[in-house]
Amino acid sequence: MYVDTKAHGTSSKALAAHRFRFGESRGFLGLLFMLPAATVLLLFLAYPLGLGVWLGMTDARVGRGGTYIGLENYEMLWTDSVFWLSVFNTLLYTVVASVFKFALGLWLALLLNHHLPFKAFLRAIVLLPWIVPTALSAIAFWWIYDPQFSVVSWALVRLGLIDKYINFLGDPAWARASVIMANIWRGIPFVAITLLAGLQTIPPSLYEAAVIDGATPWQRFRFVTFPMLTPIIAVVMTFSVLFTFTDFQLIYVLTRGGPLNATHLMATLSFQRAIPGGNLGEGAAIAVSMIPFLLAAILFSYFGLQRRRWQQGGGD
Amino acid sequence: MASVDIRKVRKAFGVHEVIHGIDVDIGDEEFVVLVGPSGCGKSTLLRMIAGLEQISGGEISIGGRVVNQVPPKERDIAMVFQNYALYPHMNVFDNMAFSMKLRRADPAEIKKRVEGAADILDLGPYLGRYPRQLSGGQRQRVAMGRAIVRDPQVFLFDEPLSNLDAKLRVQMRTEIKALHQRLRTTSVYVTHDQIEAMTMADRIVVMHDGHVEQIGTPLELYDRPANLFVAGFIGSPAMNLFRGLLRRRDGKAFVVTDDNLALEAESDVGGEEGQKVVYGIRPGHLRLASDAEQGLPAEVEVIEPTGDNTLVFCKVGGTIACAATTERHPLRPGERLRLVPKPGAGHVFDAAGGQRL
Ligand SMILES: Nc1ncnc2c1ncn2[C@@H]1O[C@H](COP(=O)(O)OP(=O)(O)O)[C@@H](O)[C@H]1O
Ligand SMILES: [Mg+2]
Repeated sequence: MYVDTKAHGTSSKALAAHRFRFGESRGFLGLLFMLPAATVLLLFLAYPLGLGVWLGMTDARVGRGGTYIGLENYEMLWTDSVFWLSVFNTLLYTVVASVFKFALGLWLALLLNHHLPFKAFLRAIVLLPWIVPTALSAIAFWWIYDPQFSVVSWALVRLGLIDKYINFLGDPAWARASVIMANIWRGIPFVAITLLAGLQTIPPSLYEAAVIDGATPWQRFRFVTFPMLTPIIAVVMTFSVLFTFTDFQLIYVLTRGGPLNATHLMATLSFQRAIPGGNLGEGAAIAVSMIPFLLAAILFSYFGLQRRRWQQGGGD
Repeated sequence: MASVDIRKVRKAFGVHEVIHGIDVDIGDEEFVVLVGPSGCGKSTLLRMIAGLEQISGGEISIGGRVVNQVPPKERDIAMVFQNYALYPHMNVFDNMAFSMKLRRADPAEIKKRVEGAADILDLGPYLGRYPRQLSGGQRQRVAMGRAIVRDPQVFLFDEPLSNLDAKLRVQMRTEIKALHQRLRTTSVYVTHDQIEAMTMADRIVVMHDGHVEQIGTPLELYDRPANLFVAGFIGSPAMNLFRGLLRRRDGKAFVVTDDNLALEAESDVGGEEGQKVVYGIRPGHLRLASDAEQGLPAEVEVIEPTGDNTLVFCKVGGTIACAATTERHPLRPGERLRLVPKPGAGHVFDAAGGQRL
């Protein structure tokens, strides 16, 4: 027994030394492994972000480094009605488009989750709007919304519903509706396919149990599908809101913010002021003012994404 | 409570028929077990009773009412699924109360019924927990609680114990049986485990490839299997089978095996002289011969002590046979011994059709 203890003592000492060395090398290795990722993050995320924030506090113009002017750019924006219009437009665009994308995407996902003929083919078709490059689909929409050649106007006239071609992109209200429509069309696949993936993780036996419990189709959706889908809805809609809020391409191809700035979003206005307008500092300030909104969206999703109580605990 | 009558029921998925006309009458308050190897159509039959699958042919009636076209919720049945199918986002109380809430039952009544069921199943302390926070056995109980709360005419169970560990399975088996004795609700229970079937059933329906092989009480199936399939399926370790020819001499019947061993069969056995047959005898009915006795010459291959008894696997001619003995013989592999079949315990089956003779 005595000998045993002694042997144990030495071996545990050796073990401790070993662990110490191991711990050392582990920390070092950890740093080493993190280095590439950290470099990339610093270079491509932190640097542009920092530069943007700095530019927003200068009076830089294209071709001329600026001097520090504090919050002057922001003070100017505070009283700039076009800026506030763009904020309103961005919120309107994001809210309306996201609501429709969610509703239609969920509806489409539910449809595709049924046993349909040509299932794989239909799912592939649904993805199309998302696969086509935005600039390309924007050009297609441009044709669809053309004041003289619009297929929509043509069809409505032929049906006798209207007697004059609609000026889709020339009238402020119509222009807003049109770009929102285009954004919805483009955003639905992402929502639909992701929610479809979520739907497919719900075990069929839950629906069977609900059927036996006497649930109608609506009640099965309301009490089984929807609650089980909420975690993935939170993820999808956060991403969807972020994409929509920062949208640029569609607007820039379709309307360039017009008519009368009715479709200017913060992203397009920022670009407009900075590059064609030459006021880098002001453009940067507009871009920086998007950050609080984006942070709010992320915070919202952070709380939305938190594991619900029923998701905690052991698996099956 | 109600009887369940299954008449000439068929089921086809597309052109592929998986159930080929089944007749079973399940009496009121009876506990019937559907047993058979995996893929034989037990779940499909159960799901047709529940209304989760369309019935392709024949009729199912519950309590005298044909339910072929009746939707599941109006059949007044409750089902316990293999994976429990508990709603993960509802706590135990809500899981059990769900069906009553859908029916807009009085909240006080719901509370009373759920608590009553929780009481029966010892789930009282867990009513506020979510399924993920429960052990497998507790989830299993919640699934049963959900069925009990509905107070249905018929309970349907689809392999409810197969996700549990062996010890818990034995315990839950007893609990389900005790529950049935208490509630007396007609129950149809599906399992692939013949021991579960033997221990729980009032009557067993043995299924194979979409057909019923035999219906009877556990001991009927054990003592008089109707065919080779049932003989091999019921009982563990499985019945020993020897191929041979039927012979009669001096008013006695024998099966002479391919290795020229004579096994005595009951004298009233059917079949013709010289017919190809299979002789079956259960391991417990084979005894190790004492020194002076006659018996089948055998060579020990493997010895498996299980505690209660010892399984001795021997080579008898070209066949491996198992003898179960409660005595503790000092045996070794390779040892030669003789086996004595218990008189009158042999079963004889037609080798071609497999039917009992
Ligand atoms: N939805 C289905 N579509 C096609 N074939 C099925 C379906 N469900 C079950 N089957 C087939 O029916 C047969 C019986 O299945 P099942 O009743 O689940 O067997 P068991 O429960 O006895 O293991 C199997 O051959 C299975 O492949
Ligand atoms: Mg099954």
